[in-house]
Amino acid sequence: MAIVVARNLDKTYDTGDVSVRALRDVSFSIEAGSVVSFIGPSGSGKTTLLNLIGCLDKPSAGEIRIDGTDVGSLDRKQSARFRGENIGFIFQDFNLVPILTVYENVEYPLIMVRDTPASERKELVHELLEAVGMADQQLKYPDQISGGQKQRVSIARALVTKPKLVLADEPTANLDHKTAHLILALMKKIRTELKTTFVFSTHDPKIVGEAEVIYSIEDGVLIGRQEKGSGCNA
Amino acid sequence: MHNIFKIAVRNLMRYKRRTFLVATLIALGVIAVQVFVASSSSYKSLIISQITDAMLGQMQIHKKGYLVSVENVPMNLNLDRHGASIVEGILDSMPEIEAYSPRIRLGGMISNFVETTNIRLYGIEPEKEYRTVPLLPKRVISGNAELKPGQILIPKLLAKGLNLKVGDQVVIIATNKDGSVNGRQFIVGGIVESAPGPGGRDGYIGISDAAELLRMDAPEISEYAIHLKRFDKLHAVYEHIAARLSKEVNPEGKAKFEIHTWESLAPFANIAKMIDLMSIFVKVLLIAIVLVSIMDVMIMSVYERTREIGTLAAIGTMPGRILAIFVSE
Repeated sequence: MAIVVARNLDKTYDTGDVSVRALRDVSFSIEAGSVVSFIGPSGSGKTTLLNLIGCLDKPSAGEIRIDGTDVGSLDRKQSARFRGENIGFIFQDFNLVPILTVYENVEYPLIMVRDTPASERKELVHELLEAVGMADQQLKYPDQISGGQKQRVSIARALVTKPKLVLADEPTANLDHKTAHLILALMKKIRTELKTTFVFSTHDPKIVGEAEVIYSIEDGVLIGRQEKGSGCNA
Repeated sequence: MHNIFKIAVRNLMRYKRRTFLVATLIALGVIAVQVFVASSSSYKSLIISQITDAMLGQMQIHKKGYLVSVENVPMNLNLDRHGASIVEGILDSMPEIEAYSPRIRLGGMISNFVETTNIRLYGIEPEKEYRTVPLLPKRVISGNAELKPGQILIPKLLAKGLNLKVGDQVVIIATNKDGSVNGRQFIVGGIVESAPGPGGRDGYIGISDAAELLRMDAPEISEYAIHLKRFDKLHAVYEHIAARLSKEVNPEGKAKFEIHTWESLAPFANIAKMIDLMSIFVKVLLIAIVLVSIMDVMIMSVYERTREIGTLAAIGTMPGRILAIFVSE
């Protein structure tokens, strides 16, 4: 069953006199529980596409449905609520809140987004910190841990609300090769345990192979789809 | 809410120098406002008490129409014995009143037997007068304020002009309401320092001496000066006395008496209003400066943390909660 369905997506940015068409007639679907990657060079439109899937932006034309909801029609508050309930984010720069400890960063969405009771929160946070191997670092602040550890915390934060979909924009760009593979392996392990759909963008060919479905994007146009173990379906 | 405050407090601790700067700014702003308000209001209070407690009294009661003619010191607008007893009856019945003083006001000539000049005088009962205007005795810079019968307290400028000192003899010449000119010798009992406001350069004699000088059969009263136990009750007491006096009417049905607070007797009341207005303006200005500075720091804080705000929003934090974090901060 498809969790993300996009039809004829177009996105144009107007900056004064200049108009930039970032996406052109993009259509695709993502099956629930899969690990999907969008690859392409810088400026190809990967981040724009993830922003549309993540309800952070609206398409200029076309339709995008997540778990049956037309997210393009949601207003600002509805989008925020939808994100909080259905989508987790992992960022290239980790974007942990610097004033919160590792534990509090993971706990944050449960307090500020979900209003989860304290006892339940504790259990969920510990479960996720154990899963990403950061339980022993929970009292440290982001500036006291390494980049790989920050990304682990970021993954725990994205998953703590048990979202249906996790979006990761270049999640390994700031990590060394070994750590990047460890992070992707961790994502896949959690996917298996929690049945979460992972969508990530990258332009690093070394980690693309970790995805089960790979979409290639160039100049805002989807130019190919490849399933692991099969040929290219351009 | 607890968590929002927790995040706000941690953010404040995160930017310690900025927090210290803003806190200092707020503290300085508050101190500046307080100091300005305190100094302007104490200056105002000082001047008001100088005016009311040194000569004018906090309120005055006259026969109707006296005040508009006060510059002429009209002798035909004094209260007779009956009018005076009505006023005193009202004043005696009011516990809010600390003291009151009957006065005869008169204008005349003073002579040191060599030179002659104009003088305006109050005929007073010293004990009542000093209770009503308690700073008056302190204005006596030479001699004493006892003011025995036959003595006169003369204003400093006049004493200087006529080269008078305590113990000297002077003659006061005055015209009574019938138009006849009368004179009497006095001994200078004291010299009074000038004070700002109406009556600040007037002399004082005993009320009996004034009645004798003006050849009154019985003392007629030009005005009653009133001193209250609590100055902040001025307008309430004024309203009360005014209501009672308004019941006293002459055969034509017109009011017999008029009452005024110091505000309608002294020009300083307008300056006091200007001080109040200026005080409000400066307060608003100081508060605006502080608020603009805080807003400036806050905008800087928001711009610096756009990435953080974006992260919180992406995670699904509602816009109102993000706003609440910054507002709490």
